[in-house]
Amino acid sequence: MTELLSFEGLRKDYFGVPAVRDLTLGIRKGEVVGVIGENGAGKSTLMNMIGGVVAPSAGEMRWLGALYHPRSPSDATARGVAFIHQELNLFTNLTIAENIFVDDFPSRFGLIDRTAMRQRTADLLRQLALDVATETDVEKLTPGERQLVEIAKALHRDAELIIFDEPTTSLTPRETAKLFETIERLKADGKTILYISHILGDVKRLCDSVVVLRDGQLVAQEKAEGFDVPDMITAMIGRALGGLYPERSAAPSSDILFSAKGLCQPGILEDVSFDIHAGEILGLFGLMGSGRSEMARIVFGLDPLEQGELTLQGNPLSGGVRARIASGVAFVTEDRRAEGLLMDAPTVDNLSLVSIEEFGRTSLAFLDQARLEQSTEHLKTEMVIKAGDIRTQPVRALSGGNQQKVVIGKWLMRQPDLFILDEPTRGVDVGAKFEIYAIADRLAAAGSGVLFISSELEELTGMCDRIMVMNRGEVTGRFDRSDFSDRDILAMAFGKKPETNGVAA
Amino acid sequence: MNDGGLSAAHSARETPVPSMRQRAMRLFLSDFFVLYLSLAYFLVLMPFLPTLSNPANIANILSNMWPLLVVAVGQTFVLTIAGIDLSQGSVVGFTSVVGAMLLATTASPDVLSNAPIWGTIITENGGPLAGVPGGVAIAILVMVAAGALIGAANGIAIAHFQMPPFMVTLVTMIVISALAIYLTQSENIRNLPESYIQLGKGDIVSVYFGEQDESRIPRRQIHSFVTYPMLIAVTVAICAHVLLNRTVFGRQVFAIGINRKAAKISGVPVKRVIVLVFTISAICATVGAILYSTRLEAGRPTLGDGNFLLDVIGATVIGGTSLFGGKGKIIWTVFGVFFFVLLSNTLNLMNLSSFHIDMVKGTVIVAAALLDVLRTRLIQGDAL
Repeated sequence: MTELLSFEGLRKDYFGVPAVRDLTLGIRKGEVVGVIGENGAGKSTLMNMIGGVVAPSAGEMRWLGALYHPRSPSDATARGVAFIHQELNLFTNLTIAENIFVDDFPSRFGLIDRTAMRQRTADLLRQLALDVATETDVEKLTPGERQLVEIAKALHRDAELIIFDEPTTSLTPRETAKLFETIERLKADGKTILYISHILGDVKRLCDSVVVLRDGQLVAQEKAEGFDVPDMITAMIGRALGGLYPERSAAPSSDILFSAKGLCQPGILEDVSFDIHAGEILGLFGLMGSGRSEMARIVFGLDPLEQGELTLQGNPLSGGVRARIASGVAFVTEDRRAEGLLMDAPTVDNLSLVSIEEFGRTSLAFLDQARLEQSTEHLKTEMVIKAGDIRTQPVRALSGGNQQKVVIGKWLMRQPDLFILDEPTRGVDVGAKFEIYAIADRLAAAGSGVLFISSELEELTGMCDRIMVMNRGEVTGRFDRSDFSDRDILAMAFGKKPETNGVAA
Repeated sequence: MNDGGLSAAHSARETPVPSMRQRAMRLFLSDFFVLYLSLAYFLVLMPFLPTLSNPANIANILSNMWPLLVVAVGQTFVLTIAGIDLSQGSVVGFTSVVGAMLLATTASPDVLSNAPIWGTIITENGGPLAGVPGGVAIAILVMVAAGALIGAANGIAIAHFQMPPFMVTLVTMIVISALAIYLTQSENIRNLPESYIQLGKGDIVSVYFGEQDESRIPRRQIHSFVTYPMLIAVTVAICAHVLLNRTVFGRQVFAIGINRKAAKISGVPVKRVIVLVFTISAICATVGAILYSTRLEAGRPTLGDGNFLLDVIGATVIGGTSLFGGKGKIIWTVFGVFFFVLLSNTLNLMNLSSFHIDMVKGTVIVAAALLDVLRTRLIQGDAL
């Protein structure tokens, strides 16, 4: 097979610091190639160079043997490179057909030729087995369907190389399975795929070969066959990881710390009840739209609750977010960019945001700057947050894992009683994942309760004392650690009624 | 920067930057950029405009600076939470009328007899506080209270009813301007007491350049440098700086400006802070009203009309405070106001008509907004 894209001594420096160096690598035409590495390993920089977003500092790229130096993203697109990003770049207010043709509407007599658009779009959708009308507004589509529209757009532009960047993070398992089928089909059509993901099981299953980057360098390029997940991790982090999950350091107590009784919110929750014991990590599993994140927002006082009771250590929870925080509830939201971080502010400001009021006698009095910096510095060290100058460097410049540690860290300046973690490890590399699990364990060991929401079942079974499953706003299953079964939990997440119910919480 | 690869701050498009360029960038991003720019502008124009560096002209530039600075400081808070306050000019006009109608020592029926306040609040014997001991202090309190009320109303509409700041303050501007004009039927209220006027005119340090030929130096040859308005403006600016940079409130203002959602989830009292910010903005406008009306020796309903708003927002943005929120410094605003006042002054010295002056000012503000976008990009390292 010929090489579609190859790199020769490729290097990219940012102000003298190499982000990618000495990269020599060939991508064969028609292969599905997994690209893995920790955050900061250089994956994004490499993709940005392929996509014409940044220019290499040294070395060369070749496309089918000819020199390839795209000067802009449109250069790359013209050559046949397409990106399917984590955040999709669709116009949700336009139809599928309009999105596909958004940059070159076919015209006839000076007017848009809608018939041609519809036919071409229908063709593309048929190829991708997406059974919706071409005139559907994109906002009515599920995340999985939107992604297929992005792929259709790539096909429409005759993309040869399609780059998937963490494509499954917002997909349900069913949609993920469908995406994989689509990728297989693209491969059969001779397309070349680069597949970037932190979900190594998927990489193993889907890809023909796997490229591992570490500190900007190529550390391994292996056939996927025979390259198992533990080997991948070892290659990524440069050492063997003891286990994927830390040992739990203490057993939960029998005292009920938090309880939710009969939570109802029309269209979102239906009669949801559960308890969390002191020192317990309760997992919450459900698909997108199951109501898991919505419930977390309600518990945290962000969204209204029509009926039901919430109590923390026997005291009813009421009021808004500020009242919840004062009672000892903490919440790491699933979307750290939009809701977790002040991206342009430095680490100090982010870490101190929740407890900022403790550093001034009144809100208009002088801040105790010295104590504030000392506390944040302490927290930074304790949580092993890798950052430059925490007083000036914006958190935007940190890697995903370190950003997530900052989001978690801001709640730890005061020990929270109930910690709600919504997808805390999404888009975070293996090493940082382990540290986040360790934090959850430490909190539980200190007597707090943790509500751990995730769509990665594996991490829930690895970390939790119990798992609760939700589907369409209802609790469909409860499992004790001894009864954890991936098959049963998944079945209940898809709404199958439990045959033998787990122990009631 | 040990995780170099993804550090967006550094993902500029260029390959390693030459040090000249880096230095230029650092200058461009520095807090003092606008000050350097102003000084350079001053030096370049000096040979062409000989009057520019006259003590009289410099005293004039300074005296134009102080009231605008006070108002722009208020706007800085609002822009920092990604808001905008269009109603400041109307607050200046309205509160100047409020103060004047309380304090006037006498009033002429020829001028004011058609006004609805004639006979009830103000008569031929002046306003209710005319001649009352401590009347000036009371009048100022009433003005500040009136301003604060308007600002709080803006803030409540924006924070609690989730209305866009542009809309709310635009409506406030129209309504409050109209109210001020209605109260006096568009007339000025003159005859303000000396103790009030002193606030705008009193000097502390004045200088005279030249030989002392006569026993008394004519007033117009004495140039005021340190004045009450300067003291007031500098005090306001220092307090504002402390408030924005050294208090819990200030941190929360920035947090809201950068990411309101994240701020809310982290327990920042978002609504309270927004109300307070708009209140501060209106109080600053009120202090500006005191300085303007004492200088004019009259309460004037149209004091903040016309292009006043352009001056305030223009000066603030030129200073470097971002229209997108999350980025603002009082020191920037000080320099921005200085540059803007200097610009107006030089254009006047060039004998340009007011139309030309506005055209130039407008262009400069667009340039400043463009610089803001550019700086934001440089800082965020947005490569595209």
